[in-house]
Amino acid sequence: MTDQLMSQYATAETRSIHTTSDARGRLKRRYRSEANFKALGVAALATAILFLVVLLSSIVWKGIPAFVYNFASLPLDVAGVDRTDLAKANYDGIVKAAIRAQFPELTSRGDTRLVASLMSSGAPTVLRDQVQDDPAGLDRAGAYSLPISDFADLYLKGQISSSTTSTIAATATVRVDGDKVTLTFPAGALATVLAADAVPANAATPPRQLLATDLSLLVYVGDVVVKADGLTTTTVSGAAILGDATKLPASVNAVRLRSLVVPEASRKFSDKEIVWTDALVERGYVRTGFNWIFATKGASREAEMAGILGAVIGSALTLIVTLALAFPVGVAAAIYLEEFAPRNRWTTFIEVNINNLAAVPSIVFGLLGLAVFLNFFGFERSAPYVGGFVLALMTLPTIIIASRVALRSVPPSIREGALGIGASRLQAVFHHVLPLAMPGILTGAIIGMARALGETAPLLMIGMVAFVVDLPNGFASAATVLPVQIYMWADFPEPAFEQRTSAGILVLLVFLVAMNLTAIILRRRFERRW
Amino acid sequence: MTLGLIALLAFAAAAAILFVVGMQRANALAGAQISSLHSTPVYHGSFLAIVSLFPAFLLGLVWAAVSEPLADFVVVRGLGTDFDALAEPDRNTLLRFARAVAAGTADATSEIQQRAADLFQRIDQISTWGIAAILAVLILGGLVFGWRAIAPAYRARHVVERTVMALLIAASAVAIVTTLGIVLSLIFESIRFFEKVPFFQFLFGTHWSPQSAFEGAGAETSARNGEVFGAIPVFTGTLLITAIAIFVAAPIGLMSAIYLSEYATPRVRSIAKPLLEVLAGIPTVVYGFFAALTVAPLFRQFGSNIGLDVSSESALAAGLIMGVMIIPFVSSLSDDVINAVPQSLRDGSAGLGATKSETIQKVIIPAALPGIVSALMLAISRAIGETMIVVMAAGLAANLTANPLDAVTTVTVQIVTLLVGDQEFDSAKTLAAFALGLVLFCVTLVLNIVALQVIRKYREQYD
Repeated sequence: MTDQLMSQYATAETRSIHTTSDARGRLKRRYRSEANFKALGVAALATAILFLVVLLSSIVWKGIPAFVYNFASLPLDVAGVDRTDLAKANYDGIVKAAIRAQFPELTSRGDTRLVASLMSSGAPTVLRDQVQDDPAGLDRAGAYSLPISDFADLYLKGQISSSTTSTIAATATVRVDGDKVTLTFPAGALATVLAADAVPANAATPPRQLLATDLSLLVYVGDVVVKADGLTTTTVSGAAILGDATKLPASVNAVRLRSLVVPEASRKFSDKEIVWTDALVERGYVRTGFNWIFATKGASREAEMAGILGAVIGSALTLIVTLALAFPVGVAAAIYLEEFAPRNRWTTFIEVNINNLAAVPSIVFGLLGLAVFLNFFGFERSAPYVGGFVLALMTLPTIIIASRVALRSVPPSIREGALGIGASRLQAVFHHVLPLAMPGILTGAIIGMARALGETAPLLMIGMVAFVVDLPNGFASAATVLPVQIYMWADFPEPAFEQRTSAGILVLLVFLVAMNLTAIILRRRFERRW
Repeated sequence: MTLGLIALLAFAAAAAILFVVGMQRANALAGAQISSLHSTPVYHGSFLAIVSLFPAFLLGLVWAAVSEPLADFVVVRGLGTDFDALAEPDRNTLLRFARAVAAGTADATSEIQQRAADLFQRIDQISTWGIAAILAVLILGGLVFGWRAIAPAYRARHVVERTVMALLIAASAVAIVTTLGIVLSLIFESIRFFEKVPFFQFLFGTHWSPQSAFEGAGAETSARNGEVFGAIPVFTGTLLITAIAIFVAAPIGLMSAIYLSEYATPRVRSIAKPLLEVLAGIPTVVYGFFAALTVAPLFRQFGSNIGLDVSSESALAAGLIMGVMIIPFVSSLSDDVINAVPQSLRDGSAGLGATKSETIQKVIIPAALPGIVSALMLAISRAIGETMIVVMAAGLAANLTANPLDAVTTVTVQIVTLLVGDQEFDSAKTLAAFALGLVLFCVTLVLNIVALQVIRKYREQYD
């Protein structure tokens, strides 16, 4: 480029109002606001997707542990079981005796009761069922594995409290005084493993009392576990909660100190129960397995005995009725409106009606079901078929709208071809148009069914909140459905139920994903572009 | 119900048999020359099944619907003044119990029960035989008529097609019947409610505590109930939560839609759009669980950390999560209307030197405004009618407040709490749920109709 040209450009630039420094500033501002606006869009989208990720991951995170459970196969004393009448045996007593036999040193009433509560209150029923299924197991050690209590399970899953264990290298002297065990360490040994503020500063200060609201300190000496309640600079003292303290030697090595982060007062699983549960695990009685109880049982007040199967069956029964009603009626309505209906006030009215029905809040359908099906017709409460009726009315508009779109996408040449070779109008529709529109119709129906599966509010209205322990066995037996079960579980305060709720949501989501995937695959594979 | 199922199966089996019989008859009549038939044998078979069973089937349906109320009516007439002397709830119990006695599952404990049970038994006998006889006559008559009608020249296809057509029309009328059912049931129950509670006190009263409602009739009860059924706090609670939800959903949804339709590459669009739709596909009970057990405690914790008193059932938590739920509604509807703005407007704006964001802000959004507004209206209607999130995460107490950190209640929460677990449907408490339902229905209906109308007008404008 020559200098002359350069100067020409330069003068042209300086002359233009678009290139003054003001204009450059303006342009810069405009570009900046453009970038900001775009960033805002990205941020909005990211926020929405972030919500989705947080929501799903929090539920998966909470729900996954509920699919496994800890079962104990303790040695059982089954001598008292009448082999000819297995149903009558005192399984409650057998389970209690089995767990107490593990801890013969416990004598106080409170302790024996507490230790028995480590097993689920449903364990006797489970044992009875297992014995009846497999009587030969009575002669085999460890043949039956029974659920432990929900809190013991939560503890073993690490959801009660985390803890740190450290070993003190120095030798300690043991003094046993009745129930009370005192361990004396060389000066400074305790401070190596405990936080500086936990140990009293010097020997002159009175011993620190460890309260239930303080940290829990467990001392492991050989087979004995001492729950510390007093702490001085050099000594730890407390009652033995596992093992026989009187058999301890006068001096011991390798004492382990375990401190639990959550104070005893703020958890529902005491130090004693923790130690006992650990002992059961150490003795090899506890194994973690698939939570078959959750997969095969109905509702229960006990978190560990509560299962999802009852709700799954209830949902299936309800959806069968919904599909059986909504699909034929919806498709028929769509065929009439799309293929035969004359354009007049009546059909316009029907169309407006369907569009509005699609947007009516679902709870209103529940009110309709309550007033018409339950009050007027006197149908049973909590019955899947009534739920199916209500959900069918609710999904009908969705299916009609989807079917109409599918029918509309079939080109007129198909109809004309059929009519041309002498088919009647109905034959043209049923033999030619409908089969071609079927993939689209099925896709719409599956999506409608998926919505119906996730629907809760209208079913609450017609009493499908019943507490149903038995698995529903027919369209008229009391039942609940998956989302309602989730709603009911969410109301229980126990942390184990929170897990069950999340697990129930996972089950529901798996079904929803499966249905939607089917719909997508159907659309991909069979949908034709004309 | 099982009886109904058996009857249905029996009908299906009979239809199958008649279908085969009719086909064979047509075949036999045609002999070797099948083309002499006007309609194919399939139509003759269907025709025979239809003329024999269809009237009987209709009668059976009608009978299933009316037999119980009819029996009740006859029994009530039979009992005469003894029945009239009873109070409303006792009447229903008497009828229910007398039915059980008549069925043999309970023993009568009083003379009037026995009388009612005897009546029920007699009616049951008469009506069962009567209906069976009528059904038999209908079926046999149809069968004979059909059998004799089948002939090569008979236009069986026309009859079948006309019946199918009638069924198609009937199916399309189901939507009307549903709407009618909703409107009538809501109106009737609401009228019963407004007999107990004055209309204006319900709409404009400021105190809502249905648990302290009075039963019985009379002006005094009516006045007392008027004081506890003032729905204003419920309405304001609904508005507060809806406002929070829209406050969350409108900017996020709208900006997402703008980004997706104007900026995003096809790749981003093909990933982000389904993800947003997943948000719409998640059942609301899941949102409710998340709001109640994760978000609300988080807010409470955060509030107490910075010295604010946040209720554990704050409107904020419920509103926020509801907002997240309706993001996809706002975004997909806005996406549609933004895409409907003609490309020429964008090109014109770009030709004048506008940047993309200027085009969007000054051309596209004003052009799409009616559509966006109606998208927001549909979102509002969704939020007002949403139930599970608020049932699980919002409160029960009807506080008249505008503070989003307080607990408020909503129309849907009240409907659920008033009706769940309650078996009697005559108290002012349960009827109030229907009155609230009527308000809910009307408000959402108006929002929907107006929004759909605006969208349609707007589409026409650019088509």
